[in-house]
Amino acid sequence: MGLVLPLLIFLGVTFLAPLGTMLVRSVYDPVVADALPATLTALREWDGEGLPPEAAYEAAAGEIGAAREARTLGQVASRANRLQSGLRGVFTRTGRDLREVAEGPWRDAMAAIDSAWVEPGTWHAIRAAGERITARHYLNALDMQRLADGSVARQPEERRIYLPLLWRTLLVSLAITVFCLVLGYPIAHLIAHARPRRAGLLLALVLVPFWTSLLVRTTSWIVLLQTQGVVNDLLVAIGLIGDDGRLSMVYNMTGTLVAMTHVLLPFMVLPLYSVMRSIPPLHMRAAASMGATPAQAFRRVYWPQTLPGVGAGSLLVFILAIGYYITPALVGGSSGQLISNMVAYHMQTSLNWGLAAALGALLLVGVLVLYLLYDRLVGVERMSLG
Amino acid sequence: MTVIGARVGRIGYLAFCTCVFIFLVAPIIVIVPLSFNAEPYFTFTEGMLRLDPEAWSLRWYREIVENEAWTRGLVNSLVIGVSATLLATALGTLAALGLSSPAMPARRFITGLLISPMVTPVIIAAAGMFFFYTNLGLAQTHLGLILAHATLGLPFVVITVVATLSAFDRNLTRAAASLGAGPVRTFRTVQLPLIAPGVISGALFAFATSFDEVVVVLFMGGLDQRTIPRQMWAGIREQISPAILAVATFLIVFALALLFTVEWLRRRAS
Repeated sequence: MGLVLPLLIFLGVTFLAPLGTMLVRSVYDPVVADALPATLTALREWDGEGLPPEAAYEAAAGEIGAAREARTLGQVASRANRLQSGLRGVFTRTGRDLREVAEGPWRDAMAAIDSAWVEPGTWHAIRAAGERITARHYLNALDMQRLADGSVARQPEERRIYLPLLWRTLLVSLAITVFCLVLGYPIAHLIAHARPRRAGLLLALVLVPFWTSLLVRTTSWIVLLQTQGVVNDLLVAIGLIGDDGRLSMVYNMTGTLVAMTHVLLPFMVLPLYSVMRSIPPLHMRAAASMGATPAQAFRRVYWPQTLPGVGAGSLLVFILAIGYYITPALVGGSSGQLISNMVAYHMQTSLNWGLAAALGALLLVGVLVLYLLYDRLVGVERMSLG
Repeated sequence: MTVIGARVGRIGYLAFCTCVFIFLVAPIIVIVPLSFNAEPYFTFTEGMLRLDPEAWSLRWYREIVENEAWTRGLVNSLVIGVSATLLATALGTLAALGLSSPAMPARRFITGLLISPMVTPVIIAAAGMFFFYTNLGLAQTHLGLILAHATLGLPFVVITVVATLSAFDRNLTRAAASLGAGPVRTFRTVQLPLIAPGVISGALFAFATSFDEVVVVLFMGGLDQRTIPRQMWAGIREQISPAILAVATFLIVFALALLFTVEWLRRRAS
């Protein structure tokens, strides 16, 4: 136990703590609560009907000015904007123009700067953004929203983004798993029952892609599949398609499917191979001697014995596929993106880290469930490399 | 009829397998000749097909050698990769020894935990690390990337060393102990030489993982931490120039070297 401890501590700091931080991020966001505390207190007196009391306006005017001085107004504005679009501009304008206003009544002063301040929706948004601990990132990630009366409802059809994307990710992963199984099963069988020298050579052909840099393999698919690429040139040269009828096979879903199947195929072949190698050829001969056709012998004798390998390979490929990021990002175009790409988008481009964390947490739970299933069915201790 | 049927089936099966093998290897092989293209294209020019020496050139290799971005990337990749590998190998080997001892409690759970960085989507690990390491001031530092890459490489070390240890005869350590060797000496003179192939394989896996890692670098690395994969990523996304194919060829040769070393070690171990 003492020997494992250093690694457990290391992993705790470098891996588990980061995952924990991400989970915290998905439910905890203190920015607005810290910037507008008095405003939020004043809003607690408000029944949500009509406009909030003057006290809320006065507090907001003071705190928006202070946030502008402290340079946190931008962060507050972008969070409010996520709940109601347009509020970013309202906040920046108000912060700028309020400096000219010396005294109240604040409601009129703020309404004069922007009419949004006399709409209840603005204040509902501020109140919601002020929750320190919030489920709104998860609601968002599940295409749901909280209505003004506090009830939860699904987003209107045209604004549902994430559930369809999750669904697409599952379907694509399933398709890739099936492709890998269909392509991998025969070659695993061939390698497992070949003579040792040839088996070693064929196995090397599976291991070369396994060891080759993922970026290299993805680059090669771009080179092969692009409109002016090798495959299209070949098809034009042998006359299957015209020069103006070049196929678009990359920067779309086709690219994602082809490249990911290629990348994940070794993870299917290796577990299948190690199971098939332990099946004695005698079994098939015995079945044949008792009058089974090859198809019957395969279905009744061989296939059932390979099921552990099929399960292990399929689960592994599926687990790796649903979290894949690099390949879809490079060859997927806009139609071939998966849920991981959305996490990256919110991390790097929209900077909506709470939503990125919530999407990541949902994906993590999915992978964890599959990993536990893998452990149940295969046993993590039996995971081997090549 | 059945004889002919069986033969047709056999031919179909072999043809299918051949196609799958071509699918596996062709994309990797096709990169190599294209990296010698004299023109900035990603396909075979007519001159290349005629084997016209004018159409082939080393210009992209000259470009990557002369371009400081690539040479600096190589240095960064090596520094980060080697440090992360040493860290992962030391910690992973220790843990594998612990896991293989019969007295290990909760073995299954802990093994699952130690291997989990391998199956966790990298994007999630990278996002979490970005949040956490930024708080610690480790974002945009070499140290941060070394710790992150060591974490991602650890499962490979644990898996290979545990596998090697499962074939290890415990009576050997008992014999050493009965002859008066302490635990450290037993490890150094008896266990380590026997499990060395597994340890080295694990280290190579860990190094390959770091050497090919781009997502964590994208999230946490600054301009000073640009590695080779990060540079390739930029190249593929922005201006795709055949210089990338030259780098790719270099990486393919590197992968082949790793593969043969690991296979050689495996053969030696068994």
